[in-house]
Amino acid sequence: MPDPVAPATSAAPAPVRILPPEIHVGDAGSVRLTGAWDIRALETHAADIQRRLAKLPADAAHVWDLTGIQRLDHIGALIIWRAWRKTRPQNSRIRAEHELFFTTLATPKPDTSEPPVPWLLRTLITAGAWIPLVASHGRSFLVLLGQLVIDTLAMLRHPGLGPWREVSANIYRVGAQAMPITAAVGFLIGIVLSYLSSEQLRTFGAGSFIVNILGIGLIRELGPVLCAVLVAGRSGSAITAQLGVMRVTEELDALSVMGIPQTVRLVLPKVIALAIALPLLTLWTTSIALFGGALAAKAQLDISVLQFMTDLPGVVPAVNLSLGLGKGAVFGVLIALTACHFGLRIQPNTESLGTGTTSSVVSSITAVIVADAIIAVAFNNVGFS
Amino acid sequence: MRPATPMPELEDERTPVVQIRDLWTQFGSFVVHRGLDLDVMHGEVVSLVGGSGSGKTTLMRQVLALETPTRGEVKVFGIPVHSSSAATLKKIRKRWGVLFQEGALYSALSVYDNIALPLRELRAFDEDFIRDVVMLKLDMVDIERRHAVKMPADLSGGMVKRIALARALALEPELVFLDEPTAGLDPDRSESFVSLVHSLHRKLQLTVVMITHDLDTLVSLSDRIAVLVEGRVLANAPLNVVSKLDHPFVRNYFQGERGKRALSVAPPPRGTP
Ligand SMILES: Nc1ncnc2c1ncn2[C@@H]1O[C@H](COP(=O)(O)OP(=O)(O)OP(=O)(O)O)[C@@H](O)[C@H]1O
Ligand SMILES: [Mg+2]
Repeated sequence: MPDPVAPATSAAPAPVRILPPEIHVGDAGSVRLTGAWDIRALETHAADIQRRLAKLPADAAHVWDLTGIQRLDHIGALIIWRAWRKTRPQNSRIRAEHELFFTTLATPKPDTSEPPVPWLLRTLITAGAWIPLVASHGRSFLVLLGQLVIDTLAMLRHPGLGPWREVSANIYRVGAQAMPITAAVGFLIGIVLSYLSSEQLRTFGAGSFIVNILGIGLIRELGPVLCAVLVAGRSGSAITAQLGVMRVTEELDALSVMGIPQTVRLVLPKVIALAIALPLLTLWTTSIALFGGALAAKAQLDISVLQFMTDLPGVVPAVNLSLGLGKGAVFGVLIALTACHFGLRIQPNTESLGTGTTSSVVSSITAVIVADAIIAVAFNNVGFS
Repeated sequence: MRPATPMPELEDERTPVVQIRDLWTQFGSFVVHRGLDLDVMHGEVVSLVGGSGSGKTTLMRQVLALETPTRGEVKVFGIPVHSSSAATLKKIRKRWGVLFQEGALYSALSVYDNIALPLRELRAFDEDFIRDVVMLKLDMVDIERRHAVKMPADLSGGMVKRIALARALALEPELVFLDEPTAGLDPDRSESFVSLVHSLHRKLQLTVVMITHDLDTLVSLSDRIAVLVEGRVLANAPLNVVSKLDHPFVRNYFQGERGKRALSVAPPPRGTP
């Protein structure tokens, strides 16, 4: 070792020529290995070398001469060790500094892992895995809901302690910031719907009914659902990912140990915010969609925008608007709950974060549509003149 | 048959493995390194010490070409890392192994797959061989084989460290960077970590650059200690020289109660009989 005080350059050995790994088989069953047997060299030669070593007859009479090896590491030693069928041959000559590698290999740690589950059982376990999964989803959703109710009641007794700042921040994020995109989509859908319907209505000479169709269709049905689907994709995924990352970085655990309930700080503000923001957003989207529909009706059927708007209250009972906004609130709560439910279930790894976010969006859109169908049946004789 | 890449024909152990010249780092108006120089020679274990926030991790990331310094040059294996082509850099990257401060195991992969990943990427070995390599590496870092199927989230902090070390060693690196290798290990494991590095060093003439706050590890492993204060390397010398330096940081570090205790059991410098 060079004198450690001054980085000595003279004591180190002069450059040596390093050769690729080579196997020399002698006449009397002797095998001589030379060159570099390290990963850098074997990276390109491994397949070839392993094939040639495997071809050597496996009798113990071989004399192995490893003294010609210039460089050795664990990978090289392992290749030789496997060629030896994992036992040291009687006749082998190894450089002293290379002995260590083979000592390590000759003393493996015991393998205490459990034996793999048999194939049939494993298949059955995989096939039946959805039953406990659904059960555990149901259970944790119920727990979340129950906790939320308890926390809300507790909070109502001391409303001053509620997470109002978070609520307001969430309303801004999920509501105000979603206004441009919902407006653009609503406007286009209004135009498309108006074009399609006016084409049909004109053949019956019933052009003025466009106001009824667009009015009922958009206010009661399409406005809320469209808005909910957009928000589920936009904010639902964000909520799940945020909670998931908090799980990964142990922030959720940090909240727990400080005695701050997760539902109050994280879930409740989102539920309240979406319950408030989604009806407002629905109102906004529906208005823009109606405006787009009116513009298209002017182009197709020559009904002026002013006339469209004056006719609207006459043909669409006002209860439809309440129904649409009510639906918005229900969808908002559903989206927030689903997103939080999936977010809190995320395991601390990146894979789970990805699948959790996807499932969250798919489930909340499904939940919205299912709820919409139920409401449609329940209110089927309300709001039609 | 893969196209044979030219062998590294000449092995010159006299060029420094890591060479840093006049390195400056600035985050906004906050200067971290002010003209820092550092050499690490072949086969040395160099420990980087310095106060919290003195820029050790940043320096390591710059040497690893993860960050670019404001000014200055970093050469690894004689190749400038910040001005080389991607292909050259890729060759260097196969020759070093890194243990990050937090382990940085891929959370979506099992322990086994984490260690197998770099080996599979080489596309030189079959799965059966890779299995043997992974088991060997697990043995080396003292992880029982039954933990191989676990996911990183289900491991203790100390296990994460050791498995990350096994992954760093997967490609038999010539140069190893260790950021806080013994933080979070129990004293017994720290001890076995020290003996692992010792034995690797003996077997492979490994060069090690280590960031550590653990005085016992520092004392028992380092050939040289580089002290990072005020944005420069104050000294890069063996323990017995560094511990006698007259500088407030060094005085607090080595001549405090803990420092004295660790130094009192220090072995004689390695290499001297
Ligand atoms: N991307 C960045 N932007 C701004 N400042 C940074 C950035 N990265 C690091 N710093 C600052 O540079 C300094 C050095 O950080 P570094 O992580 O290298 O410290 P360290 O020596 O590793 O400390 P420790 O021993 O606590 O790990 C710190 O003050 C840190 O705040
Ligand atoms: Mg650090």
